[in-house]
Amino acid sequence: MRAGCQHCGRRGARGRVSSGEAARLWLCLRVSLTHPGSRLALLAASRRRTEACACGTGGEGGRGSTGVRGRHRAGLPCAPKGFAPRLDGGAGPRGALLIAPGPRCLGLWLRLPDGVGWFGWPPSSLHPFFPPPSSSPSQPIHRAGARPRPSSAPASPPPPPLMSISALLSMGRCCCRCCCPRGLWMLSAPCCDDRRMCVCPGPRRIGIPVRSSSLPLFSDAMPAPTQLFFPLIRNCELSRIYGTACYCHHKHLCCSSPYISQSRLRYTPHPAYATFCRPKENWWQYTQGRRYASTPQKFYLTPPQVNSILKANEYSFKVPEFDGKNVSSILGFDSNQLPANAPIEDRRSAATCLQTRGMLLGVFDGHAGCACSQAVSERLFYYIAVSLLPHETLLEIENAVESGRALLPILQWHKHPNDYFSKEASKLYFNSLRTYWQELIDLNTGESTDIDVKEALINAFKRLDNDISLEAQVGDPNSFLNYLVLRVAFSGATACVAHVDGVDLHVANTGDSRAMLGVQEEDGSWSAVTLSNDHNAQNERELERLKLEHPKSEAKSVVKQDRLLGLLMPFRAFGDVKFKWSIDLQKRVIESGPDQLNDNEYTKFIPPNYHTPPYLTAEPEVTYHRLRPQDKFLVLATDGLWETMHRQDVVRIVGEYLTGMHHQQPIAVGGYKVTLGQMHGLLTERRTKMSSVFEDQNAATHLIRHAVGNNEFGTVDHERLSKMLSLPEELARMYRDDITIIVVQFNSHVVGAYQNQE
Amino acid sequence: VMFCRLLSVVGRQRTSPGWQNWSSARNSMSAAEARSVALPTQAQVVICGGGIMGTSVAYHLSKMGWKDIVLLEQGRLAAGSTRFCAGILSTARHLTIEQKMADYSNKLYHQLEQETGIQTGYTRTGSVFLAQTQDRLISLKRINSRLNVIGIPSEIISPKKVAELHHLLNVHDLVGAMHVPEDAVVSSADVALALASAASQNGVQIYDQTSVLHVMVKKGQVTGVETDKGQIECQYFVNCAGQWAYELGLSNEEPISIPLHACEHFYLLTRPLETPLQSSTPTIVDADGRIYIRNWQGGILSGGFEKNPKPIFTEGKNQLEIQNLQEDWDHFEPLLSSLLRRMPELESLEIMKLVNCPETFTPDMRCIMGESPAVQGYFVLAGMNSAGLSFGGGAGKYLAEWMVHGYPSENVWELDLKRFGALQSSRTFLRHRVMEVMPLIYDLKVPRWDFQTGRQLRTSPLYDRLDAQGARWMEKHGFERPKYFVPPDKDLLALEQSKTFYKPDWFDIVESEVKCCKEAVCVIDMSSFTKFEITSTGDQALEVLQYLFSNDLDVPVGHIVHTGMLNEVGGYENDCSIARLSKRSFFMISPTDQQVHCWAWLKKHMPKDSNLLLEDVTWKYTALNLIGPRAVDVLSELSYAPMTPDHFPSLFCKEMSVGYANGIRVMSMTHTGEPGFMLYIPIEYALHVYNEVMNVGQKYGIRNAGYYALRSLRIEKFFAFWGQDINNLTTPLECGRESRVKLEKGMDFIGRDALLQQKQNGVYKRFTMFILDDHDTDLDLWPWWGEPIYRNGQYVGKTTSSAYSYSLERHVCLGFVHNFSEDTGEEQVVTADFINRGEYEIDIAGYRFQAKAKLYPVASLFTHKRRKDDMELSDLHGK
Repeated sequence: MRAGCQHCGRRGARGRVSSGEAARLWLCLRVSLTHPGSRLALLAASRRRTEACACGTGGEGGRGSTGVRGRHRAGLPCAPKGFAPRLDGGAGPRGALLIAPGPRCLGLWLRLPDGVGWFGWPPSSLHPFFPPPSSSPSQPIHRAGARPRPSSAPASPPPPPLMSISALLSMGRCCCRCCCPRGLWMLSAPCCDDRRMCVCPGPRRIGIPVRSSSLPLFSDAMPAPTQLFFPLIRNCELSRIYGTACYCHHKHLCCSSPYISQSRLRYTPHPAYATFCRPKENWWQYTQGRRYASTPQKFYLTPPQVNSILKANEYSFKVPEFDGKNVSSILGFDSNQLPANAPIEDRRSAATCLQTRGMLLGVFDGHAGCACSQAVSERLFYYIAVSLLPHETLLEIENAVESGRALLPILQWHKHPNDYFSKEASKLYFNSLRTYWQELIDLNTGESTDIDVKEALINAFKRLDNDISLEAQVGDPNSFLNYLVLRVAFSGATACVAHVDGVDLHVANTGDSRAMLGVQEEDGSWSAVTLSNDHNAQNERELERLKLEHPKSEAKSVVKQDRLLGLLMPFRAFGDVKFKWSIDLQKRVIESGPDQLNDNEYTKFIPPNYHTPPYLTAEPEVTYHRLRPQDKFLVLATDGLWETMHRQDVVRIVGEYLTGMHHQQPIAVGGYKVTLGQMHGLLTERRTKMSSVFEDQNAATHLIRHAVGNNEFGTVDHERLSKMLSLPEELARMYRDDITIIVVQFNSHVVGAYQNQE
Repeated sequence: VMFCRLLSVVGRQRTSPGWQNWSSARNSMSAAEARSVALPTQAQVVICGGGIMGTSVAYHLSKMGWKDIVLLEQGRLAAGSTRFCAGILSTARHLTIEQKMADYSNKLYHQLEQETGIQTGYTRTGSVFLAQTQDRLISLKRINSRLNVIGIPSEIISPKKVAELHHLLNVHDLVGAMHVPEDAVVSSADVALALASAASQNGVQIYDQTSVLHVMVKKGQVTGVETDKGQIECQYFVNCAGQWAYELGLSNEEPISIPLHACEHFYLLTRPLETPLQSSTPTIVDADGRIYIRNWQGGILSGGFEKNPKPIFTEGKNQLEIQNLQEDWDHFEPLLSSLLRRMPELESLEIMKLVNCPETFTPDMRCIMGESPAVQGYFVLAGMNSAGLSFGGGAGKYLAEWMVHGYPSENVWELDLKRFGALQSSRTFLRHRVMEVMPLIYDLKVPRWDFQTGRQLRTSPLYDRLDAQGARWMEKHGFERPKYFVPPDKDLLALEQSKTFYKPDWFDIVESEVKCCKEAVCVIDMSSFTKFEITSTGDQALEVLQYLFSNDLDVPVGHIVHTGMLNEVGGYENDCSIARLSKRSFFMISPTDQQVHCWAWLKKHMPKDSNLLLEDVTWKYTALNLIGPRAVDVLSELSYAPMTPDHFPSLFCKEMSVGYANGIRVMSMTHTGEPGFMLYIPIEYALHVYNEVMNVGQKYGIRNAGYYALRSLRIEKFFAFWGQDINNLTTPLECGRESRVKLEKGMDFIGRDALLQQKQNGVYKRFTMFILDDHDTDLDLWPWWGEPIYRNGQYVGKTTSSAYSYSLERHVCLGFVHNFSEDTGEEQVVTADFINRGEYEIDIAGYRFQAKAKLYPVASLFTHKRRKDDMELSDLHGK
């Protein structure tokens, strides 16, 4: 899907994009090879899919494409042969232009026809050998301007809708899940906060004119993503390049402007361009002058600062041992969160069931605010635990409540200090829960003592969502609580919950978070087993389900642009009553609701083509897995992780971390012919790997470090990590989503013992 | 029988030279040797260990005429560390005694092939020690100047010259190098076999596949050895068990602490280069890069001493066979990087093997030899700190001399087992300490270096108080002693940066402490000193002491006598002060590291069945040294007793009360020549007395001081210190202490005959004080110890210690002057005239500084009295 070259339509060798991992921009990777006529070689790398460098050296220079790719992935511009770009400003005379289309690749090189001129972008933040935008912004424009325009290209891009940044910001918050349809240019306004409900800009185009005073914010903060560059450079408006911030923070190709696909790029050398670029001295003066002029004072986080950010939310739990033996199938878990939204919308929970065996772990990805994910993270495990409780225990608890005796504890929480529970609503929540178990008591006459975990999970999910919905409809006399339950209901959350009891592993998933099992093969390698299905447009069965649940007439409108009703990315979620209630009900609740709710454009907004609600459900899909000794760990993570990393990489990194912590496979020369140089290379590589492992004591932290800072050498690039983490709050969401990870480590001995028993 | 079998080993060895075939030779032999020959039931000497040490001891003993010797080896001869040894013989050592041992080994191995007919692979390649930094070059220059004076040729060369010596070397980052042309490479296993073969020819019986289980001891004397093949009665046992020596020592009923510990050591073997390296290619030691490189069968052999060593065998023997140790390439990576940096062309060279051979290390990086203090006849030679091959010959010779004559021909105190006590025998301590020691082998050896691991073991009760006041600590025999006190407002460099051969950063601090000692009063915690009490019911104590000590101890009660404990040749076994507490009890103060040695010596020479009580009371007393003219005032204020010289003369001892505490032994001596007192305080009163002294002393300007101040005061007064300046080969006459010897005290004492003879014949060396004249304290390299002394351009001896004298404002070096005959090099009598009539120079790392020689301390230092008009306002400041 949309993986073909947007330049020539050719599908690359890796043209298929696996579901859920959208290629943002997939331009032809080997333009110079496949289109020798095109004098302009170009690469645009989508997040992780850089195939070869645009400069074409892969073909012409006889340079291995891997090296070039590696360089790109390292966040460095690749260099033509004989040219070694260094961040310290050492530059050779030949080069290419570099664009950074996303956080992965920080630049794009354009190799100009005769290999004598080149650009980089953004000048200030990426390469010291480019002039800072303030000192000579006109220079690049001239150079770009000298380039010929393809005849078929439109004369200029369509005028962006005029809206100032401040206006946009004042609009409130972008609801992350429901905006950004394809083709939109949009600025990620600072995302949702609690007080103001999300305002979805709706299907409006929002472009930001460059001439605003906020420009330095973007160009200085970091190399902004530049899906736009292509047309802009072509149209000689380099000033836009570092002025325009365009972002698609979701899995959408929202930023590729239409004319990329319209136009075939066929450049012919232009005399003006050639004259400008040929004289090498000119270039040298340029770089030399630059070198002494001013080095932009970059702010980089030091490694300890980076670590303190990464480790701020880390939490580890080790299952306590009794008599020196751990009899649980779980050794413990590591969890961590990295916020991108402010405040973070992800939540996590972990608890041990006290009245039944087993441990519950879950990640919750909120959207349109964190109210719903917070509520779900607090409440869901109680619903599950109650669903799992045998009849007698339920009776006992009910009797205790009735007679005011002390209650049996149900859950033992394992919480990070930052994981809070709201005190205000706890009575309300308790009452809802009590109603639930009362109903369970009434329903269950004590006939069947076996409790099916799968059923219990499904019931708990549905019941909680139902309660959320009901609470919002009924309201609460306390105005604060009333507003709270409404916020919970109008925001949404996905949930991915694992229940581990001995060798029985159940994963209940609603939405697009994922549970991934790390399996160690006999040869020591790692493979990933997905234990959950994403509920989004990449899941055919979900599409199918939606179509079946709604009349044929809605077949086209129910999923539009890979979104539910063209708005919501996950197809299942808690809350989000906008997709569940009838229009009448929504209007009624909003009208009777507090003023704040009334003022909120997003809540008032009724999704288009809203005919046969509900469109959304919280019912989870439950998968069962019987643990085997080779199942070493389970990774539960929100989509913030999965959109940056392939599942195989995730499992490999965690696996190597968990085992490598203790022993790295030793090298032996054996009978092979190995030279000192080869051995040295091998050892150096291993050492860098190890050093990155040892920085973290927490597997989840380690994973986040890789997710944010990985340069695809298998190593973490500190500079990149530093840049990503030092983003201002308003920008962070443009480059990454909230990431929440729980890594559960299984006890192979216990699992093996279970297996042997049977 | 044994010899034939041995030769078969050797024969096989010869037909299949090279490292990898050696193991196959082993395998083919093991079956044949399984059936063993019956052991003899008794022998004079049993040596345990068939490595280079054991065979060397056997060789030398048999050469010296002892024939009834049995050598036992648990596996095969030369199969332990000896087999894996890299085979580099290097004479460039930091200690003179080590240089001498290595030099002797070199000469021995050189002629061994001729003597025994067994090929040892001896090749004189020479070695080159590279310096990447100026500091390293200084260190090399120091070694160089000392090598030259003992007759080992060596020179400092330029990087360009280095490149000529070894064409593969990258010399761009070098500042210089030292070339020792006579160093060699040799196959250590073959050397051990050759030594064994020669010993065998001299009658030594060698049995392999025989393990020593434990040594049988009766009444503190070795009586025999229990092996897995039966018992052998013997008088002497020699523990040469290498890395198992520690465990073997502990296996006795009366355990013997031999503090050593093994670390994994790695070296790399490669296939030959395209143009194979010549066998005469010099060995390269790149200490800054932590590696050594030698030629090996056309390729190279390269290993090193990494910063993060891997200790092994902490739990003991029953673990891994040495042969089965794993190669660890990741661990070797820094050394490999270093190697490729040094020889970039090796990149394409093919690897043959990474060898893991455990090496043993000792807590102070010096080997262990000598007789056990607890068991007579139990000798040890082990812990070679990976220089076993270099030391093998010399160490074996000295130990053999020790056994045959009772003492070696050189002073080996630095290597003596008795420098350690039981406190160094903890496995944890050893494990931690060797992890520091192994990297140290290639670290820069700078003056005043202190170990960082295994610290704070023995401390004074005042440790925390002093530490809180800025004390910086050094360790001696496990005891923490303050070096100096950093004032609160002063920042010193971090340890790493303060490593210097020049003026150290504490110079000013120590200066103010010294000034305070001279003008006011200072307190130094000297609790580490060894303290013994000897009491008896009758007069036995006096009799014994009179026999053991050279000075007359029959003094009135309360008097203190400086005296020496001499050996038969008149050398100092111990230098101490003895206070007569009562008619029948004596209090003896000796240097810290004498605790084991002195105890052993006293035990050995005391009548066994007397009612004489010897007690080690080191731990019972905290010692405070109050130094300075105002010490009198402080003490009299605290005790309400007159302390003036009339009431409390010098070298006097009295039990009195200080503050609230009673029974404090106050002695009017300071170990520095300055006025003041030593307070020996029962430890429970220590804090109280210290607090009182500091409170009362405040108005007299009291302050804490450390050992560096003490050292400066002591050396400028020409006070010799046992273990540093004087040793068991130094007689009182040689160091100007005639006054401390009472040859006519009415009874014989050990060493009297030797002294009488020496008095008649004159001395062959003389302890002399040198004051450096043209030395710039700020800019020039500081003297340390071991610097050659030149008289009229002729080498006459080496310095033994040095310090900056803040009173003389000059450096003072102490050292011995010999008189080597110009023609024969023989030692001649040194007269005062000879000393006084020379022009002296001290060679510090190749630079010679003019020095004034003095046979007696500078008198003005004692008589210095301030006149009224010298007083300044600044004297009113607190110090």
